[in-house]
Amino acid sequence: MSGSSARGAPHRAAVEDAIALHAGRPGGLMPLLHAIQEQVGFIPPEVLPRIAEALNISRAEVHGVITFYHDFRTSPAGRHVVKLCRAEACQSMGAEALAQHAQARLGAQFHHTSANGIRLEPVYCLGDCACSPAMMIDGRLYGRVTPERFDRLIKMLEQA
Amino acid sequence: MSVTVYVPRDAAALSVGAQEVAQEIARAAAARNTDIRVVRNGSRGLLWLEPLVEVDTPAGRIAYGPVAPEDVPGLFQTNFLSGGAHGRLLGFTENIPYLKRQERLTFARMGLTDPLSIVEYAAHGGWRGLRNALALSGGEIVETVVQSGLRGRGGAAFPAGIKWRTVLNATGQPKYVVCNADEGDSGTFSDRMIMEGDPFVLIEGMTISALAVGANQGYVYLRSEYPDAERAFEAALATASQADYLGENILGSGHSFHLELRRGAGAYICGEETAMLESLEGKRGMVRFKPPLPAIEGLFGKPTVINNVITFASVPIILDKGAQFYADYGMGRSRGTLPFQLAGNIKHGGLVEKAFGITLRELLYDYGGGSASGRPIRAVQVGGPLGAYLPESQFDTPLDYEAFAAIGGMLGHGGVVAFDDTVDMAHMARYAMEFCAIESCGKCTPCRIGSARGVEVIDRVQRGERREANVELLRDLCDTMLHGSLCALGGMAPYPVLSALNHFPEDFGLSPASRGAGRGMTQVKG
Repeated sequence: MSGSSARGAPHRAAVEDAIALHAGRPGGLMPLLHAIQEQVGFIPPEVLPRIAEALNISRAEVHGVITFYHDFRTSPAGRHVVKLCRAEACQSMGAEALAQHAQARLGAQFHHTSANGIRLEPVYCLGDCACSPAMMIDGRLYGRVTPERFDRLIKMLEQA
Repeated sequence: MSVTVYVPRDAAALSVGAQEVAQEIARAAAARNTDIRVVRNGSRGLLWLEPLVEVDTPAGRIAYGPVAPEDVPGLFQTNFLSGGAHGRLLGFTENIPYLKRQERLTFARMGLTDPLSIVEYAAHGGWRGLRNALALSGGEIVETVVQSGLRGRGGAAFPAGIKWRTVLNATGQPKYVVCNADEGDSGTFSDRMIMEGDPFVLIEGMTISALAVGANQGYVYLRSEYPDAERAFEAALATASQADYLGENILGSGHSFHLELRRGAGAYICGEETAMLESLEGKRGMVRFKPPLPAIEGLFGKPTVINNVITFASVPIILDKGAQFYADYGMGRSRGTLPFQLAGNIKHGGLVEKAFGITLRELLYDYGGGSASGRPIRAVQVGGPLGAYLPESQFDTPLDYEAFAAIGGMLGHGGVVAFDDTVDMAHMARYAMEFCAIESCGKCTPCRIGSARGVEVIDRVQRGERREANVELLRDLCDTMLHGSLCALGGMAPYPVLSALNHFPEDFGLSPASRGAGRGMTQVKG
């Protein structure tokens, strides 16, 4: 029963592929969730029962894992994701001012998406601490980010 | 004749344009019909000079940096392929004082070669430790690591060999080897550099550990914020497996070791070893009670070696050159070297591997060159978000586990973050509590609730509401967190808060005369 709802969902193939690849691995839930999110862009809530069934765990456990980790999303993120580092090393090089600038430029607060589909997320360290401030756009790392460089990169996203 | 040009593939170098520089060099060479070979090496760790381009000349490798794509035509015009003079010329790489004065053991190969070339790895001393280990019993490997004095480089500094011995002697089966690559501390990037810039050394170190304790399966738990490291390490795993350094019957020895990479999902707490085990098991990253120790009941309830990337990466040279060679570096009970990471508001940020015992001041000024802004360095946080803020009066403390514990600090994973005199230490104290609240796993009350209350109390102090009373309350709260938390997150988040209060009281609107008057720092655990 729980499986049938997911089988009707639009993301069925991605979910079934992820299950086939990862459900049998020890501790397979994390790789499985990553695989679904990579394919779909988020983890559709309606697939929870199918994941729970495949791993023989409760829906509550799957829900618990998804909500525990900052990375997992249950709704689409937007066309692009900008992660701005707010940790100490970046703060020492002006990350707070950059954060203010970024929110004003995008017209979106942290954890929100701009009108043109750019999601702004905080991140606590990208490991680029000698080239602070740092940020990541769609998985690509940028260092020594000034407000001017931020604007240039955002403009490129908007024109893409 | 083809000239070799090196442009790093390290994520930090890429973050400031190394990919564009490499492409521009290749394009310009082709346009000039000049035959060059571009090698994407690891970073030398001189990160303020990235992108650092090196040219292999008959006299040695010559460095230029930082190179922007628009510098490339000028480099060709000044004949940089022969080491020609240019505004970005730095001279022989090996003679740059920042690099020359280091003691690189763990990072010995960093930046020399294409990190994904297993041939180059072997040509530069790789696999010698593993070959020696294959001729020893598990107990003999363990004793070598014990004798070297190597302590856990993730932060807790527990003797690695003792931990391995516990796993070796544990009766549970199967046994696991797990590498903690959840390098979440701000100001640290040495794990990332190893995984991108010398990944085979981590594979070799973990394989030696597996031989020592009798494990056939290992995992590397890598944080999701490091996609470049993930790609590099996955490629290295595939290459090592094909070459029989991993998998069944390693090098025909009869030993088997399977190694897998697992990706975290953005939870700082999963750098705590028991939370990491939960995450590897596919669960929420909730901290476990100890005992049982993971060495007895770890991953899936089985005996498990858990060490940090740098710990494992330091093992091959110990097995290669012997325990005494490694133990000859360092001071007191801190043996060997630590790859320090100079970060934040520092002129010459980068990786500095030195024997324990160098002072913070030497690191900040002789290597770091002072602040990036040119203003005085006012505070330094050593050891990540849970490390104490140190004022100038403590800069002469030697970087040694015990010396730092004695001043209420910790070396942690070797991250050093500098702040100039524009820093507001009350703001940084508030941030420490806020970070703890965001990242708390929620299992224990002092951490989950205490950190949220801590933010509120600091807000009141900053607003000047009943300031003295609220500072007293904050100290009480820190005391509860220090002594009542389940793990180091809640248990050490008070370090940056109390050190800020004790050393920079004026930032909290308190009289500077109260400097250092606080309690609750030096008597606590080290």
